[in-house]
Amino acid sequence: MLEAIVFYTLATFILGFGVMVVTTKNPVHCVLFLVANFLCVAMIYVLLAAEFLAVIQILVYAGGIVVLYLFVVMLVNLRRPPDAQIDTRRQARVGFVLAALLLAEISAILMYSAVHPSSVATIAPQVASGGNTETVGMLLYTDYLVPFEVASMLLLVAMVGAIVLARREA
Amino acid sequence: MMPITPYHYLVLAAALFAIGLVGVMVRRNIIIVLMSIELMLNAVNINLAAFSYQLHDAAGQVFAIFIVAVAAAEAAVGLGIILAFFRNKETVNIDDMNIMRW
Repeated sequence: MLEAIVFYTLATFILGFGVMVVTTKNPVHCVLFLVANFLCVAMIYVLLAAEFLAVIQILVYAGGIVVLYLFVVMLVNLRRPPDAQIDTRRQARVGFVLAALLLAEISAILMYSAVHPSSVATIAPQVASGGNTETVGMLLYTDYLVPFEVASMLLLVAMVGAIVLARREA
Repeated sequence: MMPITPYHYLVLAAALFAIGLVGVMVRRNIIIVLMSIELMLNAVNINLAAFSYQLHDAAGQVFAIFIVAVAAAEAAVGLGIILAFFRNKETVNIDDMNIMRW
């Protein structure tokens, strides 16, 4: 039941953010919706008991690839008119409201776990046993060692290629 | 309410893939086309994770990690090409990218 609620919520967010990525006019907003989409997909991985994949998703996609996209969007988007009409005071108010909501949420979680210590204790042994990360690591370095090395070569070639392509012609 | 089966995840992944495909076909900004390709790669990863969960075999997650590595390489090279192209032609519209067309 709980899994169903989480799944349908996440699915709604994933598809909604996906549609926003495809339909939004401003490329910067597109990139930000893409981050939200990737974070929701990471939560789907947690639901599928693929915790290591979820961490990789956040580190590599939301942390690395999207920042790369953001850099290129900002380098390329030179002809956008300056945002003179943006109300900074309204933005500040929205920022304060969001920060207050986040603080309230964290406080609620802390108070809940202080009142119900059992809900925290039941999760801990699962995490401590190594679990998913150990399994994936063993597979990656035994059965799939050759593909792993090929992937590292691919990344090296891509890195060199990207540097050569983006370099200003000397 | 129905229990969540792997088919739910497959349907979700198919929908996300379709959204990415629409983005690739419809948008004319090449950066957003690349982002749509990332959406499609993510849909494939959801499929792999769902099957890995269903079959109790972590190999699917290993392949998903390879896909992430390939996506990172693709993003680096693709964005490098976009930067080089933008420096020459001052545009990111794919309709203007027809120098190599016969």
